[in-house]
Amino acid sequence: MDRSQGRTGGIASGSSHEAPTFTRNRALQIEEPLIFEMGQPGRTGVDLPEPPKTRDRLNGLRRAGEIGLPGLSEPQVVQHFTRLSQKNYAIDMGVYPLGSCTMKHNPRINEKVARFAGIGDLHPLQPVSTVQGALELIDRLAHWLKTLTGMPAVAMSPAAGAHGEMCGMMAIAAALEAKGERAQRRTVLAPESAHGTNPATAAALGFTVKPIPANERGRVDLAALKAALGPDVAAIMLTNPNTCGLFESEIVEISTAVHAAGAYFYCDGANFNAIVGRVRPGDLGVDCMHINLHKTFSTPHGGGGPGAGPVVLSAALAPYAPYPWIVKNGDKWVVAEDGAKVEGQPLGRLKAFHGQMGMFTRALAYIMSHGADGLKQVAEDAVLSANYVMASLQETMTPAFDGPCMHEVLFDDSFLKDTGVSTLDFAKAMIDEGYHPMTMYFPLVVHGAMLIEPTESVAKEDLDQFIATLKSLAQRAKSGTEAEAFKAAPLYSPRRRLDETLAARKPILRWRPSNTFKEAAE
Amino acid sequence: MADVKYTDEHEWIRIEGDVGTIGISAYAQEQLGDVVFVDVPAAGRKVAKGESVAVVESVKAASDIYAPASGEIIEANAGLAETPGDVNTEPMGKGWFFKMKLANKSELDGLMDQAAYDAFVKGLS
Amino acid sequence: MRYLPLTAADRRDMLSVIGVKSVDELFRDVPQSARLGAKVAGLPDHLGELEVERAFQAYAAKNVSPSVAPFFIGAGAYRHHVPATVDYMIQRGEFLTSYTPYQPEITQGTLQYLFEFQTQVTLLTGMEVANASMYDGSTGASEAVLMANRVTRRAKALLSGGLHPQYRGIIETTAHWQGFKTVSGKADVEGLEDLIAAVDKETSCVVVQNPSFFGHVRDFAKLAEACHAAGALLIVVVTEVVSLGLLKPPGEMGADIVVCEGQSIGNGLGFGGPYVGLFATKEKYMRQMPGRLVGETVDADGKRGFVLTLSTREQHIRREKATSNICTNAGLCALAFTVHLTLLGEAGLTRLAELNHAKAGQLADRLAAVPGVKVVNASFFNEFTVALPKVAAPVVEALAAKRILGGVPVSRLLPGDASVEKLLLLAATETATDGGMDALVAGLKEVL
Repeated sequence: MDRSQGRTGGIASGSSHEAPTFTRNRALQIEEPLIFEMGQPGRTGVDLPEPPKTRDRLNGLRRAGEIGLPGLSEPQVVQHFTRLSQKNYAIDMGVYPLGSCTMKHNPRINEKVARFAGIGDLHPLQPVSTVQGALELIDRLAHWLKTLTGMPAVAMSPAAGAHGEMCGMMAIAAALEAKGERAQRRTVLAPESAHGTNPATAAALGFTVKPIPANERGRVDLAALKAALGPDVAAIMLTNPNTCGLFESEIVEISTAVHAAGAYFYCDGANFNAIVGRVRPGDLGVDCMHINLHKTFSTPHGGGGPGAGPVVLSAALAPYAPYPWIVKNGDKWVVAEDGAKVEGQPLGRLKAFHGQMGMFTRALAYIMSHGADGLKQVAEDAVLSANYVMASLQETMTPAFDGPCMHEVLFDDSFLKDTGVSTLDFAKAMIDEGYHPMTMYFPLVVHGAMLIEPTESVAKEDLDQFIATLKSLAQRAKSGTEAEAFKAAPLYSPRRRLDETLAARKPILRWRPSNTFKEAAE
Repeated sequence: MADVKYTDEHEWIRIEGDVGTIGISAYAQEQLGDVVFVDVPAAGRKVAKGESVAVVESVKAASDIYAPASGEIIEANAGLAETPGDVNTEPMGKGWFFKMKLANKSELDGLMDQAAYDAFVKGLS
Repeated sequence: MRYLPLTAADRRDMLSVIGVKSVDELFRDVPQSARLGAKVAGLPDHLGELEVERAFQAYAAKNVSPSVAPFFIGAGAYRHHVPATVDYMIQRGEFLTSYTPYQPEITQGTLQYLFEFQTQVTLLTGMEVANASMYDGSTGASEAVLMANRVTRRAKALLSGGLHPQYRGIIETTAHWQGFKTVSGKADVEGLEDLIAAVDKETSCVVVQNPSFFGHVRDFAKLAEACHAAGALLIVVVTEVVSLGLLKPPGEMGADIVVCEGQSIGNGLGFGGPYVGLFATKEKYMRQMPGRLVGETVDADGKRGFVLTLSTREQHIRREKATSNICTNAGLCALAFTVHLTLLGEAGLTRLAELNHAKAGQLADRLAAVPGVKVVNASFFNEFTVALPKVAAPVVEALAAKRILGGVPVSRLLPGDASVEKLLLLAATETATDGGMDALVAGLKEVL
């Protein structure tokens, strides 16, 4: 089919809800072209002075032709991106129960302090004498992270959770190398319910990933784990609380067995929000754990980043932490950078400069706002809210495991059996009700998984409304007569279901003058 | 009539002389959903039995295709680049993946025939 | 606590619906030995907004803000003016507090700006496809080498001596732990390095930087030919993306992968991050790319829309066979980049680049007139190297004592290399003023 003709056949239409308007807009829903379809030559959104006259020193390598960027004025730019923003759902608009993502309130004081002159505008390579406050700030956050986790060291530079995993697993590889065991220990154990980043990270480092089974309670099967441990095992990668929203009740036995076998325990800290201020991973025998500052500590997700993924390290792994880190030398803060003579055997460098400073600032503001008392309350309210959702929906939907759960509750799709409604359809119907869907089809160990994480940020009356909505949808689905309506959802969102097969079969990843999209003439 | 056999990974192989043509079964394409891309091996590549030689992708899944026998790839289905949907519409026909020259036909002895495979699939649901 | 909506009465009601007496019962799966009776010891309690603000003002007061000091530091991060519109736009809650666009029906805003971002990146770099961002340029460079290893099925990367030393360090770290070889050229201070002879049949890629770490502007067309003749890929790194407003794009030189640090457009210095990595390549390598990709499609009503696509490369589907473990990227920084570049447009970006080049030219001419100072570069964009008559690091410290942020001593990034200890790297952007240049020249004359 030729997409440039628009309104192609082959896709179920059924858009009777859409009254035709001349503009194709629907009141506040404005159809918005691409910037490349809007520009005019000679228009600009900036006023820059005439450059002073100097000699050209570009070595004859001036760009020959035009770049091809469109010209828009400032009001056009503001309108364009404002209209785009109005096509997004966001935490600021309501419940965002995306399991394992911790979509909690993002306080604006964090944004304000991150932009202070003297913090937000510092260059990473200014002389250290001119950035003493910035180094102190990083050290202060490091202190909080170490104390909250009960771990002696933290590597601050990883840019996000997956990057932190890479850092932690490299530290494990470094520790094995130092012991002369790296060639022998090539296996990493991970449960089948693990985040995809775990096997991806382990495999990138040359480890073979061996799955370990879960028991009927949704936890690691301890006997199977013990059987899998041996002189070939480098580490176990385990999320705790796990991706089914359950605390690994035999975690101490697990870490003891792992250490007895000469292996290390990598903990995926994605779900730290369930236990922050109440349980210290260091007390569970963890060797390293990344902390997603954009989850537990509220730095905004920003449509998919930036994040930050500091990694706390046990005494066994601390000597291998990557450059750079900050130390106090007398009354001065200094940075240990590449090549610095230091104790230990740093594994190298993972990122330019000092890490995600802007995220450090926001996370520290959040942490100081809560304090030790408030963070404990965060974990308690998050766990309370998830259990409240579970208790309220256990007659209507089907929890995958018995409670209590931690900060998120996992349902399977058995309540939808024989209704003709799938997990996907159910989620899309939530969109029409004004909610962002929960995480779907993850973890992979549960059929038609629906993972709901309400977080501590939702008021009880809003939780009640959310619960009532899910009950209503479940009852509609079970009525057996509305499968078609579910399949057609969503109807009221800026776009209806998108053709992902078409997108993947004939990838169009950029705008070209020839593929300007034209709606077919009526 | 060519001899068609199946692996328990839901691949089929049609044997004509010492040449085998390989694809995935109707059941497999149904499980995958709309196929959007098939990564086929280059002609001339020597492969061992059980080696991952191709990848078939839908929007939400990717599956490896393993060589059912040792030998040399002699032709890949170039048409799949333009119309990967052939795997869905004609899994046993236009949706074939590659042809290989079989080094040792006895390696195929353990594979299922049509009746055995039908029973195998029935047992899965 | 102002962020927590549940009241004591709410909590009681919820506990009773759950059927437990206290929240402690919900934590009963935690081993007894790890249960903390009280809050974590040794940490303070919560603070009001005013107190938090004061604490950060105190941190800020201990730093020297570039806004109050003559400023000439670059070396991979550049101080540019960011229009107020950019910061306003990225703080809109619909962008700021949204997640990765996994539900395309209600995230078309994010998806469309990422599609615009991808298009802008291809135009700037002269490449065919670009992804929806990497963490930053430095990690992107390392991912580019891994991609070249996949494409070529080889495992040896040649790293130019003109590559940012920290970028090189990251690639070497990755090489050590992920198992491939690197060969690094020695510091290319003069910009005369020739890597052609070093490319062989084992080489997966050659990584060069333009302008180089030392500021030189070079044409890599012949190197690209040599790479392709040997079956290797050419990776071009750009740490100052504004330069692409004026310079021949890497795609026209024959680059196979282009990685840029995008910070200069839309993103403040922020003491090193978060920044945004731009990653572009040729269409034939599209399926070997790391990171997220946004593609165009239609919805059930036939309207144009955008979705995340080719996801089978990624960790959440492909797991241990993924092209990268990257998940979260730099979405909001990509938005800042896109908004700023849209404001600039063709005319604005060209003018901005001209202005940077001219300011740097003025600075070079003035420094060349300082006794004992020699400008090393014959070519540069907005950054260049000077040789001082004495060791550079103490000079920079002495300037800092006068509240002048006068460049980066090369030895900070190449410690232990005696041949670079008198070298100073200086950048001038559109933010440089005549007064600032006067102060730097006067300061240098005093401390040299």
